[in-house]
Amino acid sequence: MVEKFDCIVVGAGMSGNAAAYTLAKRGLSVLQLERGEYAGSKNVQGAIMYADMLEAIIPDFREDAPLERHLIEQRFWMMSEAAHTGMHYRSDAFNEARPNRYTILRSQFDKWFSRKVREAGALVLTETTALELIFDAYGACVGVRTDREDGIVHGDVVVLAEGVNGLLGSRAGLRQPPKADHVALAVKEMHFLPAETIEARFNVKGDEGVVIEAVGAISRGMTGMGFIYSNKECLSVGIGCLVSDFARSGQTPYGLLEAFKAHPSVKPLLEGSEVKEYAAHLIPEGGYKAVPQLCGDGWVVVGDAAQLNNAIHREGSNLAMTSGRIAAEAIFQIKSRREKMTRDNLARYPKALEDSFVMKDLRKYRDMPALLHTNSRNFFLTYPELVAKAMESFLRVDGTPKREKETTTIAAFRKARGWSGLFGDAFKLARAWR
Amino acid sequence: MSKPEEVRVEEKLYQNRYVVDGGRSHIRVVSRGKPSANLMAMTTLCPAGCYTLTEAGQVEVAPDGCFECGTCRVMCEPSGEVEWNYPRGGYGVLFKFG
Repeated sequence: MVEKFDCIVVGAGMSGNAAAYTLAKRGLSVLQLERGEYAGSKNVQGAIMYADMLEAIIPDFREDAPLERHLIEQRFWMMSEAAHTGMHYRSDAFNEARPNRYTILRSQFDKWFSRKVREAGALVLTETTALELIFDAYGACVGVRTDREDGIVHGDVVVLAEGVNGLLGSRAGLRQPPKADHVALAVKEMHFLPAETIEARFNVKGDEGVVIEAVGAISRGMTGMGFIYSNKECLSVGIGCLVSDFARSGQTPYGLLEAFKAHPSVKPLLEGSEVKEYAAHLIPEGGYKAVPQLCGDGWVVVGDAAQLNNAIHREGSNLAMTSGRIAAEAIFQIKSRREKMTRDNLARYPKALEDSFVMKDLRKYRDMPALLHTNSRNFFLTYPELVAKAMESFLRVDGTPKREKETTTIAAFRKARGWSGLFGDAFKLARAWR
Repeated sequence: MSKPEEVRVEEKLYQNRYVVDGGRSHIRVVSRGKPSANLMAMTTLCPAGCYTLTEAGQVEVAPDGCFECGTCRVMCEPSGEVEWNYPRGGYGVLFKFG
């Protein structure tokens, strides 16, 4: 079946669907390859979906997209062994006509997105694993070999939307495979509860939802984060840590998840739930410095495959959608000028990405991964424990004079990190945040 | 934080759906004598518990419960101890919720 398309998109996740939809909508012939039984059957995310970036692709998505709850409240928890210190933000302003953030279930959302891609005119081939890229004698990518019989397909350009663990691009030498300290391994369970129970436990009504994100003792000194996202009739409960940290610690991911679920701050939220799925996925954590070359002759790379993930703000799917859309728009411009899909021409994509929030945000936090990864014990174990002790001392009324309490608290911080450590950490954090 | 009893990952995997490609393993351990630290780490690190240590001190993989996450590829492909490919189209894990 040697067929020729304007464009071949490898993968049907957020970035692949965004690219395929944008290309097909502009009239290009698009073949999209997906190895799962349906788009979404291989995809895992928390998941929070950011409306603004989807609106730029499908403005009226709210009419039929499978959305769970719009988020009106965010809880950040700093966790010690038996306590958490929280910062919550809740606002009725998030109850707007076009809410900003939604929880979604990726398998269902991706199925919907894929239907939109097909309606836009793309040919979506599921149950098809892409095996390798095909190059011509000049080193330009000209197609993909799949595991179908006579499964070679040709295209003017290949969009590599193959995810964090994409094999094609790295095996062709277009980028390095991810390194153990540039990816986090997250595990997640889906806990089902009646909608009324979720609403009562999280103090919400209707389609309102809450996000809890937690750091501290739960990751046992590793760089990591736990999360609880409220969906309509289930909670996504998970935890992720850097792969290199996991390897050093000897902790099992599922053991960490069980301990997180058993934490006294978490357990009552999950009481009586029925677990219907357990999943795992890698998350790109390398930030700006880990972003590879984004295009070459006959190819572009988008989404997680290009490490486009903002670990500090826990944003990934929006960077994926935006990179897919911007790459597609660049391809469309080149096509409409009847120019070739060379690296120079395709460089419109990385250039436009640099001017967008995607690279601006990643550049802002370019020093953050290294800081958090090398100081994980301090940031994820020492400080949360100190803050918890300080809070307990502040709140417990036991006849100890307040000045004495303050002195004890300050001494505990100084003993743990020393003045130079404390100021050094604050300075480094401020500089990396800037 | 109470320390939970030994967590059995097999029980978690029962909730999932898989289409197993009988006889075709998409991940292979290439035996090269003593397993490296990275390969040994997979016995705790693999989120689906696919890696086990045999009595002979070798690390084996049985990827029936695999999520295709790629952690073992990241850890062990560079040394050549693990050969990693995706399952054939339509096979492997099938997420209902993702």
